[in-house]
Amino acid sequence: MSIPIRSLTLNEYLLPGNAACPGCPATMGLRMLGKALEGKYVLVIPACCSTIIEGPYPKSSYGVPVLNIAFAASPSAAAGVKAGFEVLGKRDVHVVVWAGDGGTADIGMASLSGAAERNDDIIYVCYDNEAYMNTGIQRSSATPYAAWTTTTITGKGEHKKNLPMIMAAHGIPYVATASVAYPLDFVAKVRRAASIRGMRYIHLHCPCPTGWRFPSDKTVEVGRLAVQTGLWPLYEIDHGIFKLSDICKPLLDKRNRKPIEEYIKIQGRFSRVSKEQLAELERYVESLWNEIALMIEKSKTSGAAG
Amino acid sequence: MARTEILTGNYAVAYGAKLSRVQVISAYPITPQTSIVEKLDEFVESGELDARYVRVESEHSAMAACIGAAATGARAFTATSSHGLMYMSELVWWAGLGKFPLVMAVVCRALAPPWSIWSEHNDVLAHRDSGWIIFFAEDNQEVLDLIIQSYRICEDERVLQPVMVALDAFILSHTSTPVSIPEQSDVDGYLPPPGSRRKPFILDIENPLTHGNLTYPEYFMEFRYEIEKSMNSARRVIVEAGRRYGEITGRYYDSLVEDYRCSDADVVLVNVGSSSGDAKEAVDLLRDEGYRVGLLKLRAIRPFPFEDLRRICDGKRYIGVFDRNYSFGYGGILHCEVSSALSGIKVPVQGFVGGLGGRDVTVDNYVNIFKTLIDMADRGVEPKPPLWVGLREVV
Ligand code: SF4
Repeated sequence: MSIPIRSLTLNEYLLPGNAACPGCPATMGLRMLGKALEGKYVLVIPACCSTIIEGPYPKSSYGVPVLNIAFAASPSAAAGVKAGFEVLGKRDVHVVVWAGDGGTADIGMASLSGAAERNDDIIYVCYDNEAYMNTGIQRSSATPYAAWTTTTITGKGEHKKNLPMIMAAHGIPYVATASVAYPLDFVAKVRRAASIRGMRYIHLHCPCPTGWRFPSDKTVEVGRLAVQTGLWPLYEIDHGIFKLSDICKPLLDKRNRKPIEEYIKIQGRFSRVSKEQLAELERYVESLWNEIALMIEKSKTSGAAG
Repeated sequence: MARTEILTGNYAVAYGAKLSRVQVISAYPITPQTSIVEKLDEFVESGELDARYVRVESEHSAMAACIGAAATGARAFTATSSHGLMYMSELVWWAGLGKFPLVMAVVCRALAPPWSIWSEHNDVLAHRDSGWIIFFAEDNQEVLDLIIQSYRICEDERVLQPVMVALDAFILSHTSTPVSIPEQSDVDGYLPPPGSRRKPFILDIENPLTHGNLTYPEYFMEFRYEIEKSMNSARRVIVEAGRRYGEITGRYYDSLVEDYRCSDADVVLVNVGSSSGDAKEAVDLLRDEGYRVGLLKLRAIRPFPFEDLRRICDGKRYIGVFDRNYSFGYGGILHCEVSSALSGIKVPVQGFVGGLGGRDVTVDNYVNIFKTLIDMADRGVEPKPPLWVGLREVV
């Protein structure tokens, strides 16, 4: 699925002069989100970088209404917003949670799972910069294996929590992975999400120059390498049907995947990765893609179009 | 015509919410609040109440959903108790400090350990600084009446703060008494139309505003001061709402306190909640014996009724305060508040603590409390550290 860039509105819903770090992936995502939904949404934001990017009172860099809320509470607050809109007859406004990986995979997990189980009519975007960046680069459950953070100074010992699959296991109508390095793919997925009712979950990979220790002009390059090495596969699970995104189709053949070193060597957070750790990452990518192959197979045999 | 039904305190809450035409309910069950959320579910499922019910996975989420709903301008309601309130606490503060007008019933219950499902007031009082208006109900009728009045108060443009209505676990929540239920049309005329509120913050894409973003020290204090202004206005609004409520129901609530035979009393006991009925009975008994005693029931503890308290207590020989709560290493919370509110007035204040974890507080207990106060007044003794009432082993 691809969409022409010309079809995007010229309106901006992320305003210039915001408080993000240079090269910030979250702002790239926020900008595309605004264009995808053409301003017909409200944002619910827990504690995360985006509360800072928003800018301090009395200013705001977001051209849409925003409800800031406590760290663990964004999915349920969004459910309340949606319920409020419904009783007041405002049915054409999307309620979008925009939350980091900490607020999603960790402290917000129970609330997110609750919203998914209830199939609340919200779009949830987790912009995943793979650590607690807002408090200064501490480990989250979305931090990848072997990555340095200030609370994993010798490298994280566990793999990243596979949140998109956990969300898919809730049986919600739409789950997708995306990357800020592929903005039109992200826009297309947001639009697809917007056309469905119920709980929609998009996990947006967000290479963060500040926390990952790479130059701020390399956000897109790093994001692309995450996809091209197979570490961050792009797909949708649309009403239970798994669809590998076009960008990633060639990667089913492992010969088409770039070596993981390419991704690792340009990030300071992986500067001390050992041979063993690298081998473990390779094994991880392998198992990720084996699973994907299985899911493609399953979706085919279940008779639905893939 | 209003009709009278035999209702538990919990059902009185549910009827109050229904008559207020709440639009979004979000709640999580917890003993002894459970029958509130069950009854509301019944109302919604049967179509008697046109509301959205968000059946959340925790109290933390219940309050978050109420905040979200209130942010759209919808009329939101929840109920909780004890550990539920503590688990919800972060969002309780968010609601109060964010000026989200909504109403919550709290069935007051002790916190563990040890586990107890019976009454105590620490759960509510731990939230007295959270920006909520806090009422304590004496009986089931007051429970229903307070829920309805609370919507008028919280949605008043001079207030715009959330309201807690506290009722004692089991003593009210599960005890059935006759309750007069007003006509829906009367309540409709009394409350603003649900969903008509435009302030202080409405999520509206035509007029995008952000709520709760980072605020530097140069603006922050003004946000806090706004809440204090609301609390001060609330004193008047509560009285106005109570008077107007009297006009539609015949039950007037025209003060933040209830003065029971205090005017000519020598000794006055300050109390909140359901045990006030027993305390009044003790007053009557002692009056029959010729003792001049009175009860001062605080209906609202936030905003705190400074003026009424000072006016009524000024010139008395002794004041007592009964606390169904405790602040360890200090004393009863209300005792501490009442004492400080009375500073400057030359009247001794003695604290009493009892009823913790649902320990019975009897008319006899109150008779003894009053007699202790009279004795202290007669002997001219200074107040002592809080006296524990009804302890098995008196030390
Ligand atoms: S820390 Fe990373 S995600 Fe956060 S604002 Fe800076 S660049 Fe953006």
